[in-house]
Order: sequence, then structure tokens, then C-alpha cells
Amino acid sequence: MARKTFLRRNRYFDSVFLMQVARRIAAEPGIAGASALLATEANRRLLAGMGFAEAELAGAGPNDLVLALEGEEAAVEAAGAALDAWLAPAAAPAGAPAPRSLAEALRERPDCSLAVISVPGEHAAREARAALEAGLHVFLFSSNVSLQDELALKLEARRRGLIVMGPDCGTAYLGGAGVGFANAVRRGPIGMVAAAGTGMQEFACLVHRAGSGISNGIGTGGRDLADAVGGLSAFAGIDALEADPDTRVIAVLAKPPGPATAAALEARLGRCAKPSVLCLLGADPRPGRAGDLDEAARLALEAAGLEAPAWLRPDPGALRALARARIRDLAPGQRRVRGLFAGGTLCYQAQALFRAAGLEVHSNAPLPGMPALADPARSVAHAFVDLGAEQFVAGRPHPMIDATLRRARLEQEGRDPEVAVLLLDFILGAISAADPAGDLLGAVRAIQAARGGRICIVASVCGTDEDAQGRRGQIEALEAAGVLVLPSAAQAAAFCREAALLLGEVR
Amino acid sequence: MAKTLVELLQSPPVVVNVGVRAFADSLRPVCVVVHVDWSPPAGGDARMAALLDDLL
Repeated sequence: MARKTFLRRNRYFDSVFLMQVARRIAAEPGIAGASALLATEANRRLLAGMGFAEAELAGAGPNDLVLALEGEEAAVEAAGAALDAWLAPAAAPAGAPAPRSLAEALRERPDCSLAVISVPGEHAAREARAALEAGLHVFLFSSNVSLQDELALKLEARRRGLIVMGPDCGTAYLGGAGVGFANAVRRGPIGMVAAAGTGMQEFACLVHRAGSGISNGIGTGGRDLADAVGGLSAFAGIDALEADPDTRVIAVLAKPPGPATAAALEARLGRCAKPSVLCLLGADPRPGRAGDLDEAARLALEAAGLEAPAWLRPDPGALRALARARIRDLAPGQRRVRGLFAGGTLCYQAQALFRAAGLEVHSNAPLPGMPALADPARSVAHAFVDLGAEQFVAGRPHPMIDATLRRARLEQEGRDPEVAVLLLDFILGAISAADPAGDLLGAVRAIQAARGGRICIVASVCGTDEDAQGRRGQIEALEAAGVLVLPSAAQAAAFCREAALLLGEVR
Repeated sequence: MAKTLVELLQSPPVVVNVGVRAFADSLRPVCVVVHVDWSPPAGGDARMAALLDDLL
């Protein structure tokens, strides 16, 4: 078995494209494994850990492409020699050559109204500034943008009557188009402003599945409501939805804002001409505020004059009975709940539901007051891991696209004899993996077999039947593998909360 | 003339995509999209690029 790396200096490709290239090469005869990565420090460490010679990558940096291959020597050499051909579809797309800069693109289409920017963080502010100067609104997916740059960009946007959605903005719905990680939802009366990407996706899907729909959805980036930024994008979004003739109800979804911004937000919604729903995940409960995304969807539907369906109004007693039945046959040593999340907001929401019940849960993305995992790669006690956090995604695709890291973590948790309940979220929609459930089913079945079925695996599927992945098919595949699928992420977390409470009692 | 945000919400946007190609691919069925074949400026040095921006 040969192991060899091939380097191309100063060749930038996005991580999603590189994952697709690696998959195509890995399918070649004689190739056992292929990784195509930018040589960031994290990726160089990853490759060294996989047994590739560090010396081969000495001096390589984040602008250099590395192809790491494992397999029969002749196959490895052949694939490495053909690297430029493998990369060709990106270098030379069909038709006229693609513009090389924002300015060139705008000469081609002067009527552009929105820039979608997902370049590496250190270059993102520069591209966003150029877009604002050209009069474009900005959807900024890139993370790793400094607070200083974020504030400067948002002040410049406000001066120009524009908006910067992001940095770290995953989803928006603009004029009927889902931008980024968006689900296929019908249009309807409910507008969203969200500092919580997967929170927006989950809320939009709940509203759709309840029979209503979404007018527009404006992402702000997770840091927008910190007092240092002061909600510049959130307030611009609320103003726009208030004036938008298609929006009848405004839902604001976020983690708890800074205290000054929270007060300003409450005051702004208080004088809003349209009914509003405020959901601050992890904030202290208050009358009129939604405590989780299910409640936010219920309140928004009611404000639009619709009745929430029964599946969106779960009975806590029924969840407890279900949890009791599901953990009855576990061994006495199985006492822990482990959640492995692709959706950061869903990880946060699950922690909030645990905290409200007085339960402690460790996380790499802890809610205030929750303990941080000392080592994000190793769970202790009850633990919820956000696998989309920066430490896991630097230089590689998000777990919603590439299940590799989550599958490995699932296998690891499955071997831990303390684990009683495993919680998973599956997020469908544009850009997400073609078969998110299928990507983990092998690991799920292996765990069920190794444990003789004595483990409880519970999941939620964020999506709609209109998404390319098809929600119904994903649920059927999970259920066929013995996974308990609940109607929403909040209910799956609430089931785990009930299970954790029961596991904490003397059995 | 730049569109206001309220105007942006009234019909699918015309998008320029800078970065991950999958964003452009996912938008094509619903919007006009121009994809930029982006590469790091000034040999990848973000600070040098910012300095050049200030000079030019």
C-alpha cells in the first residue's frame, strides 16, 4: 500500500469542490483513500495523523492544494500525475471563461443586486467592501471575519441603505429564492430575521410542514446581536419586513443578545406595526417569548391566524413515557446522553432544553453556565457536540455536506459503554449532502449490532418533502435502521432530556 | 442605482457569487447568477491586498 501527497502551490479551490474531486479519485480502481485539501495547519496535522509524511508538506500553506492518496503504487502515481485533469472542471467551466473578480462580474451583469461571498475569512472583508461600494447587498457566508471588520462593513452598509447578512450567515430567503443552506418551503405570510442559521432552516421547515409558508428570511450572522455590533443587520431586517407587503408576521430567532441590544430589540418589536415572535434560545423564559423553535413556530402560526398542528404541540408526559419505554432494557452502566450535531443552533437549543430542566451537559459550544468540553474530540458525561464549530471545519466542508468527521465521532461514541442515548440531527436542503441519513446509516447499524440493540438512537430531520433529499425517505431509512425519529429538533432534544432525567434516577 | 432591502425582497435577486461554487449551482434554478472564479489576491497575502486597495 503506497501513501503519497501531491502539491500544487497557489491553487485555490473551495473545500466543497475539493471534496467532490477527492470522491471521484477515491472511486478509481486501486485507490483506497483520497483527500484533496488546502494545506492549512489543521489539514496538515490531519494528514500527518493519517500517516502521510510531514516532510512532503513542509512549507505548504493555506493557498496550496494537496492531494493525499493511499492505494496501489501504480494507481496512486497515475492519479497524482493526472491531478490537473481532475481539477479541470473548476479551472475551465463550459462556455465563456468565468469572470475572475467581482468587478469583472459586474461588467457582465451590471444589474446584480446581491453578492454571495464565501471566500476564506481573511479575504472576506475585502470582497464584501467591494460589493458594498458597488451598491450590492451582501450575503457573507465566510467565518473568521474580525469583529472590527464586521462592524465597519455593517456601518458602511447602513450608510448606503444596504445590508450585510453575516459573517457566518448560512441561510436567507430573498424574494422567493433560498440562498445558501435553504430548504424548499412554500411562500407565505411569515417573515424571519435570524442570527441562527440552522435555527432559520428548522423554523422555516416547521412552518411549511404546518401548512403555512415563509415570505422572506434575513440572516444576520451569529454575532450581530452582540452589543459590540448592536444588531445593525437585525434592525435593518426588521425594518424591511415591516415594510414588506408579503410579510404579515415577523419572527426573530437568535441566541441571547447583549443586554443593551436585547432591550433595543424588545422596544423595536414593541412598536412594530406587525405582530412579532421573539425566540431567544437559552435566554431566561419570559411570557410572550418563545423558549424553543417549536414554540416560535406555534406562536408565529397563531399570529398569522392559523392553528398549529398536533405534532407541533407535544405532550411532555407522552415524551417521558416514550423515553421510559426506550431505555427500559439498557444496562445499569448506560447513563449518558450524547448529541452529535450538524446544526449549531440545534446544539444550542438542545442545551437550553437541558438547562431548563436543571441538567448539566458538556459542549464544545457551551451555553453560558454549561461546562466546556476540555477536549472537543472526546465526550464526557452528558455531551452535545457541534461538529460545525470552527475547530472541526477549518479548511474542510461543513458536516451538513461532508459526514466524515461526524461518522467517525458516532462510531467513537457507539463504543463508549456509558452511552445510553445518541442524538443526531439531519439537515436537508440546498448544498447539504445528497443523502445525509445514508451517510450515517452504516455506522448506526454497526452500533446497533455491536450493542445487540441495547442503545437508543434518536434523531430529527430538518427539511421538507420538496427538498431534493426528500424528508419522508430520509425518515423511513432511519426508522428502518431502528432510529427513533421525532417531529422536530426541539422534541428530539426534549426526549433526550426526559431520558437523562430517568437515567439520573436510581434504576 | 442600488436597490433598497425592501426592493430586494420583492423578486429573486441577481446574484454575483464569490467563492464556493455550490452556492452558485444551488441558486441557478431560481435566479440569475454570475460565478466569479476567485483566487487569493497578491499571492494570498490579505494584508498586502488591503494595502494595495488603499493605495489604488
